[in-house]
Amino acid sequence: MKRTAVLARTLSIALTTLTASCLTPLALAAEVVVYSARNEQLIKPMFDAYSKETGVQVKFITDKEGPLLARLKAEGANTPADILMTVDAGNLWYAANEDLLQAVNSAALKNNIPAHLRDPGNAWFGLSVRARTVVYNPNKVKAAELSTYEDLASPKWKGRLCLRTSKKVYNQSLVAMLITEHGEDKAEAIVKGWVANLASAPFSDDSKAMEAVAAGICDITLVNTYYFGRLIEKKPTLPLALFWPNQKLKDPTAGVHVNISGAGLTRHAKHPAEAIRLMEWLSSEKAQNLYADVNLEYPVNPRIKADPIVSAWGPFKHNTTNLAEAGRLQVKATMLTDRVGYK
Amino acid sequence: MPRGMGWFSVVSIALITLIPIGVVASALLHPDPVLWSHLWDFVLPELLVNTVWLVLGVGIGVSVLGVGLAWLTALCDFPGRRFFSWALLLPLALPAYISAFVWLGLFDITGTVTLWLRDAWGLHLPEFRSRGGVILVLTLALYPYVYLTARAAFLGQGARLLEAAQSLGHSRRQAFWSVALPMARPGIMAGLILALMETLADFGTVVLFNYNTFTTAIYKAWFSLFSLSAASQLAAILVFFVFVALLLEGQWRNRQQTHAARSSQNPQRIRLRGRHALIATLAASGIWGLAFVLPVLQLLAWSWAARADLDARYLDFASHSLLLSTLGAFIILVLALIVAYAQRLNPGPAMRTLTRAATLGYALPGAVLAVGIYLPITMLDKQMIDSGWIDAPYLQGTLIVMLLAYSARFMAVSFNPIEAGLGQVSRSMDEVAQILGVTGINRLWRVHLPLLRPSLLAAAALTFVDIMKELPITLMTRPFGWDTLAVRVFEMTSEGEWERAALPAIAIVLVGLIPVFLLTKTMGSSQHHALAC
Repeated sequence: MKRTAVLARTLSIALTTLTASCLTPLALAAEVVVYSARNEQLIKPMFDAYSKETGVQVKFITDKEGPLLARLKAEGANTPADILMTVDAGNLWYAANEDLLQAVNSAALKNNIPAHLRDPGNAWFGLSVRARTVVYNPNKVKAAELSTYEDLASPKWKGRLCLRTSKKVYNQSLVAMLITEHGEDKAEAIVKGWVANLASAPFSDDSKAMEAVAAGICDITLVNTYYFGRLIEKKPTLPLALFWPNQKLKDPTAGVHVNISGAGLTRHAKHPAEAIRLMEWLSSEKAQNLYADVNLEYPVNPRIKADPIVSAWGPFKHNTTNLAEAGRLQVKATMLTDRVGYK
Repeated sequence: MPRGMGWFSVVSIALITLIPIGVVASALLHPDPVLWSHLWDFVLPELLVNTVWLVLGVGIGVSVLGVGLAWLTALCDFPGRRFFSWALLLPLALPAYISAFVWLGLFDITGTVTLWLRDAWGLHLPEFRSRGGVILVLTLALYPYVYLTARAAFLGQGARLLEAAQSLGHSRRQAFWSVALPMARPGIMAGLILALMETLADFGTVVLFNYNTFTTAIYKAWFSLFSLSAASQLAAILVFFVFVALLLEGQWRNRQQTHAARSSQNPQRIRLRGRHALIATLAASGIWGLAFVLPVLQLLAWSWAARADLDARYLDFASHSLLLSTLGAFIILVLALIVAYAQRLNPGPAMRTLTRAATLGYALPGAVLAVGIYLPITMLDKQMIDSGWIDAPYLQGTLIVMLLAYSARFMAVSFNPIEAGLGQVSRSMDEVAQILGVTGINRLWRVHLPLLRPSLLAAAALTFVDIMKELPITLMTRPFGWDTLAVRVFEMTSEGEWERAALPAIAIVLVGLIPVFLLTKTMGSSQHHALAC
């Protein structure tokens, strides 16, 4: 019968697939297991290159940070994961705070990564830098009119500002940085000023906010630079330009708000030595360009030059507040945005 | 099925859902007053209003579209009816948030159409990122649930009933409102409940519109306020309200017990002519166009631009999707059939409460449910390791967890259509079978299953496609290397590369077409026309 044949074929496919996936662990090569919130197309090329160079297999699962952390916590000592990777510092801070990560003493990591981009307690390390900066419409705004994040709260920008939703962790980290610099009350006044200046309800992503600037709905927005790079690559004629804010302030830590994508060694890692080697490799000269360039991010290792597209935006000064603050203040920052009605 | 066995199996099956819900609800024991006072002051007021509007709007929207189209294709005849009767199901295969992204890309404040109208014609469209916009997009994505179950109900009645009503002096319109609609109510409610539960659990769509609902608050508590327990508490409250609503609905339904007669012959359709036929064709093609053709065309254009992404691995993604959906749908269908049948054999409020509880997983945001499943599984693994039975985790990260989680989440999707279908099988049929000596499993096999076929197929198709689109559970519980098409969509969208997500999204639609085509084929040769006729 036809139906039986179909059924038989389906079953045989099922069995082959099931057994195939069961057999893989039998291969005795050294391996590292990664839980990653950085998505597959950005990490797989890295891991493939690493495997080719060292023979170490890298197994990974991608998901959002929240579920990955919940999974890691639930699995406890039985977790297969050696490394946790995220795309922001806040979640790494939280993982460390929940005792899901362990300190790593590695001269290579310390040497490759500037102090403000790694955990003071060595539980996590930045691997690429994501700068959150100002993008404006040069037909409507002169660069000379721009200065700081704080200035975007001034009434001169009334009806001229677009923002991404405060639900995104990048904005929560930015607000957390304002809290570190100015204290909660002043930070709240600044964010309130932003909300008062909005030309349109907050957007669901950075690209949409930039498109609104390009379309003349507003004049200025705040985005991670790689979104800008991606959009300009696709539509080079859009009237959009980058500006580095907070460069001329007296405060020595002041500068452009940066975040990281980074990694930490899990508390119950089964292959800690291999995992540390992988993290060191990722921060090394060899891998940094591959890691950052694939998403038009900045290498975290200061000795490495960024992708030509990225370098063309010029040099800038980081805000050098340690990124652990972004995690420590994330709850406060979220509550602040709720209070001022920044959706 | 003996009485005791029926209870035993329903309790066991319900536990698949009740354990994770219990895990989630146990968070209520540890309230965090600071967080709650914040949520109460700044988050809850807006989201309650928004959620009520969303449920009302989508509820009305999917009812009107679903029932209207089901009526047209089941009991009327108009040009294109054969095609539309299955084509109108296709939007099911599109994840709602994907359609939402397409719609926003066209009609949002920076949308292609919006800007074109503004720049070329000076016309200003109303703001699409609004309550109306979300309701529109979700209605177009979710109406097929109602369409499918209502259609099975209308087909079950046959047109003879209407003829009878008309012969008793009712106009066609009166016959629809006073006979056909009330009799199809269990079917319609079955689909409506699914659409509303899905609305309540939706995160992907509302977040694109930045429209704050219960779900967005759950994720805010979890991801932004770092409180999985506050998120679980919110989710538990949401599930509690859904449970109460389901019980009330069940009671209401019970009071209006219908005993439907089933026409044994092909239904005689009302042949629409002239203006009416034109309106019917236009309505069907208009809705199909908006809900399916428009998003698919946009996705095809984007896929073409991202065609370099297509590689041999897509064969793996597609076969994983296909395998998981088939296996999952089959298991859930069997479980749901057992529950529905046991309920029929052991009617009463206690059983009804239990079966409602077994379907609650569909109203929970998937990621919260996934955690609720994962926790007890890891605890079980730990127990077994501690007792020395095994030396490494046995369950976590296996397909078993995944299939259990799918069962907890999608029980409603299989159960509701089957329950509605069983409700239409007259009890006198059971009695006749009994007199003829056909009882137990035999009766199920020889009497009920053939009559249930349209509902079973509807349940299978819905469950299959839902698993295919499912994301949070798949992400959290998949074994290493088990990436599916939906996981591909996630990889692309998580850093905002929506255009590149079009390729896996289109692949989901194509693979999702398989069950629709299979059903069309099977049904084509069958007496009971559910999907194909």
